[in-house]
Amino acid sequence: MKKILVGLKRAVDYNIRVRVNSGGTGVETDGVKMSINPFDEIALEEALRLKEAGHAGEVIVVSVGAPEAQQQLRTGLAMGADRAILVTTSDPLSPRIVAKTLLALVNRESIELVIVGKQTIDGDNNQTGQMLAALWDRPQATFASKLEIDGDSLQVTREVDAGLEVLDVDLPAVVTADLRLNEPRYVKLPDIMKAKKKPLEEIALSDLGVAAEAGVKTTKYAPPQSRSKGVMVDDVDGLVSALTDKGLL
Amino acid sequence: MSKILIVAEHDGRQLNTATTKCVSCASEIADATIDVLVLTTAGSEVAAQAAAISGVGRVRVIEDPANEHAVAAMQAPQVVALAGEYSHVFGPSTTFGKDLMPRVAALLDVDQISDVMTVIGSHEFERPIYAGNAIVTVTAPADQIVVATVRTASFQAAEQGNAVAPVENAEVEVEIPDHTRFVALHAEASDRPDLQTAARVVSGGRALGSAENFEIIYKLADALGAAVGASRAAVDAGYVPNELQVGQTGKIIAPALYVAVGISGAIQHLTGIKDAGTIVAINKDEEAPIFEVADIGLVADLFQAVPELEKALSSRT
Ligand SMILES: Cc1cc2nc3c(=O)[nH]c(=O)nc-3n(C[C@H](O)[C@H](O)[C@H](O)COP(=O)(O)OP(=O)(O)OC[C@H]3O[C@@H](n4cnc5c(N)ncnc54)[C@H](O)[C@@H]3O)c2cc1C
Ligand SMILES: Nc1ncnc2c1ncn2[C@@H]1O[C@H](COP(=O)(O)O)[C@@H](O)[C@H]1O
Repeated sequence: MKKILVGLKRAVDYNIRVRVNSGGTGVETDGVKMSINPFDEIALEEALRLKEAGHAGEVIVVSVGAPEAQQQLRTGLAMGADRAILVTTSDPLSPRIVAKTLLALVNRESIELVIVGKQTIDGDNNQTGQMLAALWDRPQATFASKLEIDGDSLQVTREVDAGLEVLDVDLPAVVTADLRLNEPRYVKLPDIMKAKKKPLEEIALSDLGVAAEAGVKTTKYAPPQSRSKGVMVDDVDGLVSALTDKGLL
Repeated sequence: MSKILIVAEHDGRQLNTATTKCVSCASEIADATIDVLVLTTAGSEVAAQAAAISGVGRVRVIEDPANEHAVAAMQAPQVVALAGEYSHVFGPSTTFGKDLMPRVAALLDVDQISDVMTVIGSHEFERPIYAGNAIVTVTAPADQIVVATVRTASFQAAEQGNAVAPVENAEVEVEIPDHTRFVALHAEASDRPDLQTAARVVSGGRALGSAENFEIIYKLADALGAAVGASRAAVDAGYVPNELQVGQTGKIIAPALYVAVGISGAIQHLTGIKDAGTIVAINKDEEAPIFEVADIGLVADLFQAVPELEKALSSRT
């Protein structure tokens, strides 16, 4: 039976309006709510549905980063994943390093399908799945909004700028989840209790043979230019004159 | 001196304007020569269009039947085959470039810089993170190829028409994988302006309530000569197709005029319109966050205000 690997990143909750810290060295994270990156919840939901439909034997969730990501892995286990792997490092990570880490696990676990989110909402990189597929020399189906498994191949509908594209890819493969792929299930209390007993393996990045060598460096954080507050008009006539004044009509 | 290769986006017939924005971005790097790579099937006119962009030094063409559709797994090795001759490889931050460029970067074993919005130096750029709530400065190692996607909303299109760069066929030997097959593209034909390049955009949100009601957005857009966009909620509800979504996970646009109708103004939506010239908001809730960024705000029921506005505009011409 197929094994599915899902990447879960711990990220600032999507409802939080993030602010740059006063030193310009990062963003404020003190006391800020952290969650599973929303796209990754969707990735996991899809993996669970494939398993429930009899297409997969095991769903493994993995997170790379600080030990606190345990919380997000526990949530993933409560959603229904069979086991979790936490790859720990205190070095800054790039999508390339995460992709190499996932590849090491793919090989160790003989994974046939990897589902990750299309992007993290902190770094907004949108790279990891594509990089993993390249390093693995396997197909990628990014921005997926529908997925059908058919023996050893996958039909994936992708959200592209022009509309919806359908690709047919051989397994093993990498899929990156877009928002409309599914709606993730809610975690119920008994599941949280059960998840405490599921295996969560911790392994150091270096023990997987991956070096976190630095490439592109982030040197400065700045707040975006803010837009100045505009005018309020009373009615449609006011709107038309305001537009006319700006030379837009 | 920088040697920059830009991977062209096209549909086989027409070069996408995103490519001209990449040329503008590359032109901001001092002492750069700019080549455009067109991956295509035999006999396409796209190379000639790329040769007409001012600032382009040379157009390189790889003709292969595998390029009938832009499939990243097939195209990445072709880009990599030429990349060694360059200091930079750029692509647009569209779904085409986002799909392809990380695959190229990984094969070259370098990090990729996503969504370049400002060029500071040949190896130093600014890009947005956290849905645009922070702007970071990033530095790429001087001894590696810089692979980046260009945030098209941040750059003006380079002029296209007068230039005639030489067009050359590039002979490369690459193994193109057969594990990925293109099946279909479902695109809704529309004779309205293109959302990504339109000077004016009218977007509707959840408040429209149905696909039928969304008709008033199309009518207003027609009166303005505008493209139509939507919030994620409107797309999720099935009022309009996915390609109309504006925002963090949809299209990032920079029209001169953006009209947001019945859209609350979630950060994920706002990140898609930060560079718009004038933002107009029509919303019945005066507390809606969209009013914090709107240049002109109108608190009103859209079902009254929009038809009235459309009439007022139509009677002017
Ligand atoms: C990871 C992630 C990515 C996302 N990416 C995007 C994205 O790319 N783009 C995007 O848009 N969203 C995105 N979202 C969703 C976003 O958070 C909001 O949920 C969404 O933008 C809300 O859409 P809306 O404004 O149409 O709906 P609502 O927030 O429900 O707002 C509807 C508005 O209409 C007003 N209204 C109601 N009736 C009327 C009336 N009769 N007349 C006038 N006004 C009326 C209400 O006052 C309200 O302000 C994303 C979310 C996540 C988690
Ligand atoms: N540190 C991480 N741990 C686990 N998964 C990750 C990590 N970083 C990225 N991913 C996965 O890769 C996807 C894309 O991330 P990115 O390329 O950074 O935008 C995310 O949605 C996750 O599924």
